[in-house]
Amino acid sequence: MARVGVFTCWCGENIARTVDVERVTEDVSRLPGVRCSVHYKYMCSDPGQALVRERIAADRLDRVVVASCSPHMHLKTFRRAVASAGLNPFLLEMANVREHCSWVHHNKEQATRKAVDLIRMSVERVKHNRPLDPIRVPVTRRALVIGGGVAGIQAALDIADAGYEVALVEREPSIGGKMAGLSETFPTLDCSQCILTPRMVEAGQHPRIKLYTYSEVEEVTGYVGNFEVTIRQKARYVDVEKCSGCGDCWNVCPLKKNPSEFDFGMGFRRSIYIPFPQAVPARPVIDKKTCAKLIRNGCGLCEKKCTRGAINFKDEDRLVKEEVGVVVVATGYRLYSIGKQQENGKLSGYGEYGYGQYKDVIDSLQFERLVSASGPTSGALKRPSDGKEPKTVVFISCVGSRDNAKGIPYCSKICCMYTAKHAMLYRHKVHDGEAHVFYMDIRAGGKGYEEFVRRAIEQDGAHYHRGRVSKITEENGKLVVRGADTLAGVPLTIEADLVVLAAAMRPAAGVETLAQKLNVGYDEFGWLLESHPKLRPVETNAAGVFICGACHAPKDIPESVAQASAAAGKVAVLFANEELSRDPEVARINEQTCAACYACRRACPYHAIEAAEVRSPKGAFVKNTARVNPGLCMGCGTCVAVCPSKSADLDGFSEQQVYAMVEALA
Amino acid sequence: MIDAATSGEATAVPADLPAFLDLENCYQCGKCTAGCPVAERMDVVPNQLVRLAQLGLVERARRAESIWQCVSCQTCSTRCPKSVDCAAVIDALRQLSFEKGDAAGSQRRTVLFQEAFLRNIRRNGRLNELELVGVFKTKAFLDDLSIPFLFKDAMLAPRMRAKGKLHFKPDRVKDGGVLERMFDRCLRQA
Repeated sequence: MARVGVFTCWCGENIARTVDVERVTEDVSRLPGVRCSVHYKYMCSDPGQALVRERIAADRLDRVVVASCSPHMHLKTFRRAVASAGLNPFLLEMANVREHCSWVHHNKEQATRKAVDLIRMSVERVKHNRPLDPIRVPVTRRALVIGGGVAGIQAALDIADAGYEVALVEREPSIGGKMAGLSETFPTLDCSQCILTPRMVEAGQHPRIKLYTYSEVEEVTGYVGNFEVTIRQKARYVDVEKCSGCGDCWNVCPLKKNPSEFDFGMGFRRSIYIPFPQAVPARPVIDKKTCAKLIRNGCGLCEKKCTRGAINFKDEDRLVKEEVGVVVVATGYRLYSIGKQQENGKLSGYGEYGYGQYKDVIDSLQFERLVSASGPTSGALKRPSDGKEPKTVVFISCVGSRDNAKGIPYCSKICCMYTAKHAMLYRHKVHDGEAHVFYMDIRAGGKGYEEFVRRAIEQDGAHYHRGRVSKITEENGKLVVRGADTLAGVPLTIEADLVVLAAAMRPAAGVETLAQKLNVGYDEFGWLLESHPKLRPVETNAAGVFICGACHAPKDIPESVAQASAAAGKVAVLFANEELSRDPEVARINEQTCAACYACRRACPYHAIEAAEVRSPKGAFVKNTARVNPGLCMGCGTCVAVCPSKSADLDGFSEQQVYAMVEALA
Repeated sequence: MIDAATSGEATAVPADLPAFLDLENCYQCGKCTAGCPVAERMDVVPNQLVRLAQLGLVERARRAESIWQCVSCQTCSTRCPKSVDCAAVIDALRQLSFEKGDAAGSQRRTVLFQEAFLRNIRRNGRLNELELVGVFKTKAFLDDLSIPFLFKDAMLAPRMRAKGKLHFKPDRVKDGGVLERMFDRCLRQA
C-alpha cells in the first residue's frame, strides 16, 4: 500500500479565499493511502519545502501530492524538494487548485468540494507513478546558424568566440543580409556598411566559422545535441577555392542589364557577379537564368579570361551533411509586396498607390539603395524614371502595416524610425528639397529615438502630416498624392517627384517550410514562435532550436543583435554540459505486444519512432517492432492515441494513471 | 462617453447610431478624408464626423453641413483599412438629422431636395424629373419665398428636353408592391 502525503497550499489568499483549506486537509486525510495531510500558507517558501521534506522522513512517505498552483510554476521546486528528501522526483504529483479552482470560482462551498475532487484524482494517479530517471543524451558541440544577416553573423561570432564551431548557412551569394544594403542607420546615422563589413570579414575569416553561402538547409534530422543537417550548396559555377576574386570575369561579362537583387531592381548587375564590392566571400556566382553559356552554350568569355581556371560550367548542386548540437534560426524579413500581386490569398495589394505602375513610386529598401554611397547612383539621389533630382519627396508610413483590409494588422515597428531617417537623409542631400511624411502615429520608443524624430522635424525641416494617403496618380509628370492632415482636419494634395512607401515587414520567403523541417511553430503571418514571450524569448518549443532577429517579429538592428547574442548565450549554456538530461516523460512501446503496424511512426510529429527488430539474446530475429527514440520524443502522446494494440504508453502519464483519475471521480 | 457637463453640450446616447457601424474600429488614420472628392469644401471632414460619433457627440455631427455635401461615392468605405463603413455613418447621421429636423440651416434646400427625390422614387419607382423639380421648387419657395431660386433652373428645361431627360407623362414601374417592400426593408434596417 502506498504511503501518500498531501500538502495543501493557501497561496496566501489566492487559494484560501475561495477554498476552505482546513476542510480540504481534513477531508483528504481520510482518503485511502493518505498518511499525512497538512496545509501551509506558502508551500513554495523555504519553510514550506522544509515541511514537505520533514513529513516525507517522519511519515515514511513514498508518494507526494502538492495541491497548489499550476505545475508550470513550481513543479521543479517541489521535485527538487522531494528529491532532496531521498524520493524519486517523479513520484510527485501536483493538483492545481489555484488556476483550475480558486481563481475561477466564487462559491466557496463548491470550490472546496472541487479542490477535494482534484486532490483525490491526483492521489489516485500518484499511486500509479513509477520512479523515472532523466534521459541522458550526448552533445555535439557544434552549432548551425541559418541566415547570414546581422543577427546570424552576430550569433555565429559569439558562439565561435565562446570556443565552439559554427556552420553559417546563407542562401544569397554573400553574407550581410538586408543591413549590407542600407545606407545609414538610425538613430546615429552611422554608415551601415562601415559598421557591418568588419563583422562580415571577421565571420568570413574566423577559424571556427564555416561559411555556406549560396546554400540552403535541405533536411534536418535528429534531436537536441544530435542534429544531422543536410545543406544544399547551389551550383555557383565558380570554384571558390581556385578563385581569387580578382574580378576579371565579371568585368568581361557582356550581359550587363540584369536587374540587381541586391539593389532591389534600382541598379544592374552582370550575369557573373558578386552582389556588392564588400561581399564575403568575395567570390562570384553565375546566374544560370541569364548566362548565355548556360542557356545556349554561347559566350563563355569569363571562362577564357579566368587565369586560374575557376569557372566550371558543369557545376551542380551539392548536398553536404553537418552534424550539430543546436540550430539558431536567423532568417530575417522581407518587405510586403505593395503592388496588386500577392503570393497568398490572405494579403491584398495597394492598387491605389500605383506601385509597380509609376516608376517613381518606390519602397523603402529601394530608397536605401538610391541614397547609399555604394548604391547604383553612388549616393546621388536620382529618381528612377528620368534620373532627375527629386525636389519634392513624399514618404508614406504604414503601407501594409496596421492595415487590416490588406491583411496585416500588426505594426512593423521600424518604419517610423527609418522614415524619419529617410526624410533627414533626403534633406541632407537636397537642401532646397521638400520632404513630406504621412504618418498615423510616431512610434519612437528606444534610446535616442524620439530625439531623432524630433531632429528630423525641427532641424532638418521634414513636414509631418498626420494622416493616411488615399491615392496616388500621375499627372503631367508629377505624382499627385492625395492625403489628409487629420490634426488640421483638411485634405491635403501634394505634387511630388518621388514617393517612398514604408512597406510592412514580413518574414523571409520560405520560412514556413524551414520551420516545419525544424518543428518550430509559427503564427498566421509566418513569424516564428518563441517558447515564452517574456521568459524564453529566444528558445522555441523544439529543444535545441533557437531564434533571433527579424524571423521572430519586426525588429531593428540593435534588437536583432541583442537577441542574437542572447541566442548565442543560450547555446553556450547548452554546450557547457558534457551531456544533456531531458525529462523522462516520453513514450514507450511494449515491444512484445507491438504488431509493427507503424501507425505510431506515421503519426509522430517529431519523427521519434523508428522501425526496429526484437532479437533474442543470441541475436536471432524474433519480431519487428516500433521503437521510441527518447532523445527525440517530446511526450505528446499521439502514438498512444493511435496504437490499435495499446502497446504505446507514456511514462509519467500512462493510461493506467489517467483511468485511475477518472475512476476517482466516479 | 464624453460627459455633457465637460463637453458643454448634450450628448446623444450611443443607441442613436446603429451598432453595425462598428465605430470603435476606426483608428482615425484619415484615409477617408484623404480620398473624399468633396472634403475640400466640408466644414467637418469625414474622419472628424466618425470621431464625433465615436465620442457620442452625435448632435454636433448631425448639425454639420458636410453630411449633406457627401455625394455617397463610397470611396471612404472602399479604402478604409479598418473596414469602417464611413459612408454608412454619414447616411445614418443624415437620417438622424432628418428625423430630428435639425439639419444645418444652410443645408435646408438640400434636405428638401432629398426628401422630394425619395418621395418621387417611392411613388414612381424611377425618377420623374418634372415632378421632382415641381415638388422641390414649390416646397423650397414655400420655405424661404425666394423668387429668383424658383425660376433659377427654368432655362435648363429645353436642353434637358432635347436630350430626352424630361418626361411629361409619369413613367412608373408596374409592380408598386415590390417598391413598397424595398422601402419597408430599408427603413426597418435604418
